[in-house]
Amino acid sequence: MGYSTELKNHQNEQHKFRVRLVFLVLMVLSALSALLGRFYYLQVFRYDYYQTLAENNRISIVPITPNRGLISDRNGIILAHNFFVYTLEITPSKTDDLQDTIAELGKLVEISATDLKRFKKLRAQSHTFESIPIRTHLNEYEAAKFAVNRFRFPGVELKSRLFRHYPYGTLGTHGIGYISRINENDLKQLKESNQLSNYKGTEHIGKAGVEQAYEADLHGITGFQQVEIDADGRAVRVLSSASPTSGNNIVLSMDAKLQEIVEHEFAGRRGALVAIQPKTGEVLAMVSMPSFDANLFVDGIDYDNWNNLNNSPDKPLINRSLKGIYPPGSTFKPFVALAGLESGKRQPPFTISDPGYFMLPNSRHRYRDWKPSGHGAVDMRRAITVSCDTFFYGLAVELGIERLTDFVRHFGFGEKTNIDIQGELSGLLPTPAWKQKRYKQPWYMGETVIVGIGQGYTLVTPMQLAYATATLANSGKAIRPHLVNAIVDAKTNQVKMLPHTVADQLPLNPQNLDIVKLGMMDVTRPGGTAAAVGANAGYDIAAKTGTAQVVGIKQNEKYNEKLIAERHRDHAWFIAYAPAEDPKIAIAVIVENGSHGGSTAGPIARKAMDYYLLGKVPVDPNAAPVPETTVTNAPEVEEEPHD
Amino acid sequence: MIRQWIGHFIRHIDSILLATVLMVLVVALMVLYSASGQSMLKVNAQLVNIVVMMGVMLLVANTQPQHIERIALPAYLLGLSLLIAVALVGDISHGARRWLNLGVTKIQPSELMKLAVPIMLSWYFSKRESMLRTADYVVAGVILLVPVLLIAKQPDLGTATLVFAAGFYVIFLAGLSWKFIFGSAIAFGAALPILWSMLHDYQRRRVEILIDPSQDPLGAGYHIIQATIAIGSGGSTGKGWLNGTQSQLDFVPERTTDFVFAVFAEEFGLVGCSLLLLLFTIIIGRAFIIASQAKSTFSRLLAGSIAATFFTYCFVNMGMVSGILPVVGIPLPLVSYGGTSLLTLGLSLGLLMSVQSHKRLVATD
Repeated sequence: MGYSTELKNHQNEQHKFRVRLVFLVLMVLSALSALLGRFYYLQVFRYDYYQTLAENNRISIVPITPNRGLISDRNGIILAHNFFVYTLEITPSKTDDLQDTIAELGKLVEISATDLKRFKKLRAQSHTFESIPIRTHLNEYEAAKFAVNRFRFPGVELKSRLFRHYPYGTLGTHGIGYISRINENDLKQLKESNQLSNYKGTEHIGKAGVEQAYEADLHGITGFQQVEIDADGRAVRVLSSASPTSGNNIVLSMDAKLQEIVEHEFAGRRGALVAIQPKTGEVLAMVSMPSFDANLFVDGIDYDNWNNLNNSPDKPLINRSLKGIYPPGSTFKPFVALAGLESGKRQPPFTISDPGYFMLPNSRHRYRDWKPSGHGAVDMRRAITVSCDTFFYGLAVELGIERLTDFVRHFGFGEKTNIDIQGELSGLLPTPAWKQKRYKQPWYMGETVIVGIGQGYTLVTPMQLAYATATLANSGKAIRPHLVNAIVDAKTNQVKMLPHTVADQLPLNPQNLDIVKLGMMDVTRPGGTAAAVGANAGYDIAAKTGTAQVVGIKQNEKYNEKLIAERHRDHAWFIAYAPAEDPKIAIAVIVENGSHGGSTAGPIARKAMDYYLLGKVPVDPNAAPVPETTVTNAPEVEEEPHD
Repeated sequence: MIRQWIGHFIRHIDSILLATVLMVLVVALMVLYSASGQSMLKVNAQLVNIVVMMGVMLLVANTQPQHIERIALPAYLLGLSLLIAVALVGDISHGARRWLNLGVTKIQPSELMKLAVPIMLSWYFSKRESMLRTADYVVAGVILLVPVLLIAKQPDLGTATLVFAAGFYVIFLAGLSWKFIFGSAIAFGAALPILWSMLHDYQRRRVEILIDPSQDPLGAGYHIIQATIAIGSGGSTGKGWLNGTQSQLDFVPERTTDFVFAVFAEEFGLVGCSLLLLLFTIIIGRAFIIASQAKSTFSRLLAGSIAATFFTYCFVNMGMVSGILPVVGIPLPLVSYGGTSLLTLGLSLGLLMSVQSHKRLVATD
């Protein structure tokens, strides 16, 4: 009985246990089915999705920035190049405490107030996930010091970057231009021109001058490396790569030594000089004074430096040769003279007797000559030589404003020269139509009178005047001015010479041209307005002086430079080309508030021509850093006979 | 003579269990080789662990269940006192107090409790057999909850959950009334909103992330997201052994231990996953059969609990790695790298084999 009860109990127990067990088995089966369902969902149903995620996870495209092309002058002197520097960069989003990180870094390497200012400025301009330099130009010791302590600084990286460097600092900055960090605006433009992908690893872009205008050539093609990365973003191995193509090198038409001599000769005065090779349009020098150090912009200019440059009354950032607009003054006369000769309004024997002023018929207003007593008997050639105002007042009136402007427009006045860098202004050649439109007023005869001597509304840039002078020197054949001579392919080293474009071809009567040219040659001879400039030159210089009024002078007032504040003095103009028989260089110089073209602007042009034609370097105790090279255009000039 | 001895020794082995376990171990070694970045060092270390596990398994398989019953109480009391010692003087690592430093070696008493608790409970119920009253379930509950709470306090929620599960299975199989089970389930469900309202915001946030890691993609969620990508990108046939990009490139965290399944799933795909599930099902199923055939209360409760616990390990780990369960640090049985886990498994498998091979002896006793 007991045994059977126990057995029964036992069987009963086992039965109850088995019921429970079945329950567990069911639970197990349903749970494992759920897992299987989950696997099916992930691995079959959502396979494509996760497959894509996995690919994105492991492959990263790393851009390889190309080396920016070098810029050299016409003789191979490097004006812009690149070198490697260590920079210390912070990615704000990856740091725990930015202030703390910077403070700690400051204990390792020196971080100056300027560095901090620049960092703050850049930080305000960039996204938090971009790395921003806190220190640039670390030396090897500093770099090593950081490398050892790197683990303490999450979000801080030591990078080796190619930096743009302009070895001569302020030399020719307005022409060469500079590069600076890419900003929102640049990004927008790159996006529009479909260039964004090519700038993936690039941080700088040309902002002015040749650096800007030839950006496409200089930048090169960005290479790519497809790398497999791990979860920390470290590259594990390279899957494929396309090496970058360096930017092309650019050879300027500029002669760095010439540029330097001119900048030095300005001796702290404000102004501009443009020198052009008349037959080719090559810009040999483009000076705008004062200049500034382009290197300041490469790292991202700091606030103080920027303020100094931007707020200086001398306006160093403005390229005066392209953006400075001034009345041409008497330098306009040779072109008016040619208009008179070509139109037949003036024949060579025509002579006036200059009383020292000009009066319009039916008017009592006297248009004064710069020489109150007058120049006496003056023909066309002498009118240019002595810069006789009275002669050109009358001529302008006889020509009429429309005929005058139509003619000189062929020399590029009132229009952009289309030089190969951006930012030039077109100046102004006034016409009745223009005045009506601009001021809603009719044109007055008196306004025509003063256009004859390059005053009134007429405005030119130094580049325009140099271009006009070069066109005159080239007997009416206008060649578009350009700063870049050649582009050297970075890969093949093939030199691509840029073509010289004929912009205008005026059929001029050689006899008329001779009268003007002879008049201009007399300017630098005894009796001319710039006789001192031509003294002992050893070659003939055709030139014209000019003054551009800064402050108007009343009818009965006398201009007295000693009584006028420096900044209110007239601007001094000087245009010239030489050798007069076979022009190799044409120049326009303006010295702001320089008063007399012959005495302030002329000597600068002479030094430029002496160097360019004869290879003469002015003796200067502060010996210039630009090395001397054999001037390619000089020797043949020396062989020629000169008087 | 020796052959006879060996024959006597291995006759207690359950061939179905052993064969299946060996198959899983082969797969495990392959995955380990891949997940460790093809390091033979780890594979060799794991081989040593396997040898130890097999030795323990054989030893236990040759021990009669009655002998195991005898150590139930001492083992449980030892474990409990060690847990108390840990709570008082344990070493802190990763912000949790789990290890007891014995000078020569460090031990983790909570690991011991994974088996000590179900053995203890099985022993208790077998002692109280045929005179079970409600009070016995209360006693069983105390036996279970004291170590569970001690472990949870370390804090080690994963192990606490597993110890609780192992003990609860025993109580459940011993016949805990359905009324109580459903009643407490409903009560817990009802209390949940009240508990929730008592939590601080940051605590709620932690619970939310525990349940849904994708809410914190750069923190806790990162691991689970990367593991899910690994599994999903494996597709139906996998990327091939040693070719799992997620795993090889370090995206999968803890990829030799808790997340090893993600590596396996990425490289062997749905086909591999299904096969592994099948092998696990065979092991669990075999364990259930052993439990159902066991003749003594102690044996069948213990075997049933071991089977269910083994399943729980598999389910919680794979569920966690594939993103349907919260992340708790639980290794995948037999596959994850690590000696402790294998040692516990060796004991468990040995116990199952012992129950199976001694069932007749028990019956005829």
